[in-house]
Amino acid sequence: MNNEAVKVKSVREPLFHVVKRTEIVWWKAWLIRAAAIVAALVATGLLSFIVLKKSPFFVYSSIFSGIFGSSRRILMFLRSTAILLLISLAVTPAFKMRFWNTGAEGQVLVGAFASVFCMYYLGGKVPDGILIPIMFVVSLAAGAVWAGIPAVFRAKWKTNETLFTLMMNYIAIQLVLYTIKIWRPTGTGKLEALPYGNLPQIAGGDFWLSVIVAVIVTALVYVYLKYSKQGYEISVVGESENTARYIGIDVKKVIIRTLLISGALCGLAGFMLAAGIDHTVSDETVGGMGFTAILVSWLAKFDPIAMVFVSALVTFLQQGTGQLMTDCGIANSFFSDIVIGIMFFFIIGCEFFITYKLKFRKSDKKEKDK
Amino acid sequence: MKKLVTVALSAVLAASTVVGLSSCGEGGGTGDAVLLPLPAYENIEEPDYSDVTIPEDFKFGLICLHDEASTYDKNFIDAARKAAQEMGLSDSQLVMRTNIPELAECREAALDLVDQGCDVIFADSFGHEQWMLEAAKAEGSENVEFCHATGTTAHTANQDNFHNAFASIYEGRYLAGIAAGMELNQMIEDGEITASEAKMGYVGAYTYAEVISGYTSFYLGAKSVCPTVTMEVQFTGSWYDVTAERTAAESLISRGCKLISQHADSMGAPTACEEAGVPNVSYNGSTIEACPETFIVSSRIDWTPYFKYIIAQTIRGEEIADDWTGTIATGSVVLTDLNSNTATQETVDAIVAARTQLANGTLNVFDTSKFTVTKTDTLNTRATVDENGRLTAYMAQVDGMDAAGDTQVVENGVFEESTFRSAPYFDVQIDGITLLNSAF
Repeated sequence: MNNEAVKVKSVREPLFHVVKRTEIVWWKAWLIRAAAIVAALVATGLLSFIVLKKSPFFVYSSIFSGIFGSSRRILMFLRSTAILLLISLAVTPAFKMRFWNTGAEGQVLVGAFASVFCMYYLGGKVPDGILIPIMFVVSLAAGAVWAGIPAVFRAKWKTNETLFTLMMNYIAIQLVLYTIKIWRPTGTGKLEALPYGNLPQIAGGDFWLSVIVAVIVTALVYVYLKYSKQGYEISVVGESENTARYIGIDVKKVIIRTLLISGALCGLAGFMLAAGIDHTVSDETVGGMGFTAILVSWLAKFDPIAMVFVSALVTFLQQGTGQLMTDCGIANSFFSDIVIGIMFFFIIGCEFFITYKLKFRKSDKKEKDK
Repeated sequence: MKKLVTVALSAVLAASTVVGLSSCGEGGGTGDAVLLPLPAYENIEEPDYSDVTIPEDFKFGLICLHDEASTYDKNFIDAARKAAQEMGLSDSQLVMRTNIPELAECREAALDLVDQGCDVIFADSFGHEQWMLEAAKAEGSENVEFCHATGTTAHTANQDNFHNAFASIYEGRYLAGIAAGMELNQMIEDGEITASEAKMGYVGAYTYAEVISGYTSFYLGAKSVCPTVTMEVQFTGSWYDVTAERTAAESLISRGCKLISQHADSMGAPTACEEAGVPNVSYNGSTIEACPETFIVSSRIDWTPYFKYIIAQTIRGEEIADDWTGTIATGSVVLTDLNSNTATQETVDAIVAARTQLANGTLNVFDTSKFTVTKTDTLNTRATVDENGRLTAYMAQVDGMDAAGDTQVVENGVFEESTFRSAPYFDVQIDGITLLNSAF
C-alpha cells in the first residue's frame, strides 16, 4: 500500500493539463475576449515601439482617430461595417449548413455587375423609379444564380463546393473585365460612374442607406435562422445529413434553397455597392470583403448579432491601421497587415480558452497539507 | 506565463518579419554589371522658388492606387518625398493615402485629406480622375487645389481648382529605343542575327493611348538607328500582373523577339528576359539589380518638378496650369544609367545627342516622314494618309471619346503629342508594329 503511493508520486505530473469546459457563464466568456483584445493592444503597442519608434499612446490615438477623428470617418466606418456585415450575413446560412461557400466575393461582384448592366443599357431610357427596382431584382437574381450553380452540382453530383464556389469568383471577375472592355474598348479596364439608377441619398450622403439595409437584414437573418422551420432544417442538415434524411428532410432541396438565399443576399450587397455607392463596377468593387466575411461569420459563430460586433471590429482595425500608416508617413501596408494579424491571432486564440480551461498541477505543499 | 511567452514570441516573429521586409529594399551591389553613367541633361530649367516660404499649417496630400510595392506608385511616392524635402516641408506636412481604389473611396479619401487641412491634393491613377473632380466640386473644397496625373478632362471640365499633368515620356521612350536599336545593331554586327531578324517584343497593359504612344515612340527610337527593326506587341489587360507579363514576355521570346520592353508595372517581363538571356528595356526605374545581364536602360517620369511647382503655386495663390506637361527641359523625362553588359559609350553618346535635339526641337519623335501608316475600314479610321503612306492629318480624341475624333493634331509634318492636352492621345497603329492580341 505504502509502496504504491510512492510509485504514483514519482510520475511527474505536467504543470497543467487542458480540460474541456462543460459550460461557461456568458460574462466569463466576454471577460476572456476583452482580455484578449487588451493583450493584443499591448502586443501591438510593443511592436510599434520597436519597429516604428513611436509611443504606444501615439499608435492607439492614431488608430482611434482613424475612426472617430471626423464625422466623415465615423460615417465611412459605419458604411464599411454595414457592407461587410451584409456579406457576412449572406454567407452565414450556407455555413450553418456546413456548405463551405468561398464564393461570396464573386456572388457580390455579379450582383454589382447586374446592377451596372441595367444602368448601362436602360439608364436614360426608363425613369430611375422603374430602373432601380429592376436593378434590385436582377442583382438578387444574379447573386442567387452564381451561388445556385455550385449548389445544384453539390446536391446532385456531390461536387466539392469549396473549389467550385472559389472558381466562380474568377469567372465573375473575368466577366466584369470582359464586359468593360466591350463598353470602353480604348480604356484601362475601368468604367466611369454612371448617372442613372443611383439610390437616393439620405442626410446628404450615401452612408446611411447601407446602414439601414444592414440593420434590417440582420434582423431578418436572425429570425430566419432561429425561429423559422427552414432555419431549423439548415441546422439539422449542418449537424448531419443522414439525420436530416432520416427525419424526412429533403436535403437536396434544403441545400439549393439555402444557397439561393445566400447568393441573393450577396447580390443585395452588390446592389448596395453599385447603386448606392460606386455607381460603377470594376474588379476592385468587392475588394476582398467576400473573403473577410467568411472570417467574420466564423468568428461570430454564425450568430447574426455577434456578427455586428465582429464586422465592426474588423472594419475598425482596417480603417484604424490605415490611418496609422498615414500618420507615420509609411507608404506600404506591411505593418498594418501585421497589426491586423496580431489582433486576429489573439482573438481566435482566446476562443481556445473559452472552450477549454487549463488545470494547473496542485503544488506539493498543498499535497502535503492534505 | 504561457500567454506571456506567446505574446513575446509573436511579437518577435512579427518584428523580425518587418525588419526582414524592410531590408529587402536596400539591396547591395549590382552583381557583375558595371554602370555606364548617363549624364543629366545639361539645360534643365530650375524655376526660382526662393520667394516661397512654407506656412506652418501647409499640407500636401498624395493619393496612390497601390503602395511602394508597385513600381508605378513608388515613383510618385519617392518624388513626393523628394519634393517635400527640397521645398522644406516637414514630415507631417506630406500626407499619403495608399491603396486607394478607383472607386467612390477615392472621393472620400480626397475629402478626408481636405478635412485634415491639405491645401493641395494629388492622385496618381487614371481612374481616380472622376472622383477627384467630384471632390474638387464638393462643398468645403473651394480653397483646395486638386491635381491628377494622366487625366484628360481638366481642360474641358471648367473647374478652377482641378488640374491635369503628364510628361512627354514618349521622348524618354524614344531615347530608350535608341539604346535598344544599338543593341540590335551590335547583334547584327556580331553575326548573331541577320538584319531582317531584328525583331523586338513589347508587353503592354491595355490598348490605351498612353501605351500606344509609348510603344510607338520606343519603336521609332530603335528604328532611327536600326532601319530594319520590326516589333510585336502582346497585351495583358492589367497594369500589374506578374504572371501575365512574364508569360507574355516568354511567348514573345519564343516567337523570335531578340529584345523586350514593357509598359506594365511588375517585374514579370524583366525577370523572364534575365532567365532567357534576352536584353530588356525597362520602365519606371532601373532593374539592373535583378537583371544584371540583360538590363539595358529605363526611362521614367520624375514627378519632383511638378510637385514642387504645385506646392509653390498653391502657396503663392497663383493658378496651376490646367494641363501641365513635363519635358526633358523641366527635368521630368529622365533615363537611368546604362548597363555595360548591353550598351557601350557609343550608346550613351547617341542618347545624349538625340536628347539635346529633342529638347531644342530639332528632332521630333512623331515626325510623319519617319513612319508609314496603313488605313483600312477598321484600322486608323481617323487618319488621312497620302499615296506614300505618310500621315498628313489625324483627328485625335483630345476632348472626349467621340468616334470621329475632335482635334486635328498633325501640323507641319509632325504629330503634335501632348500639346493639346498633357495626357497622350497618339493612338495610330503604324507599319512595322504587329499587335498579337488587342482584346485588352
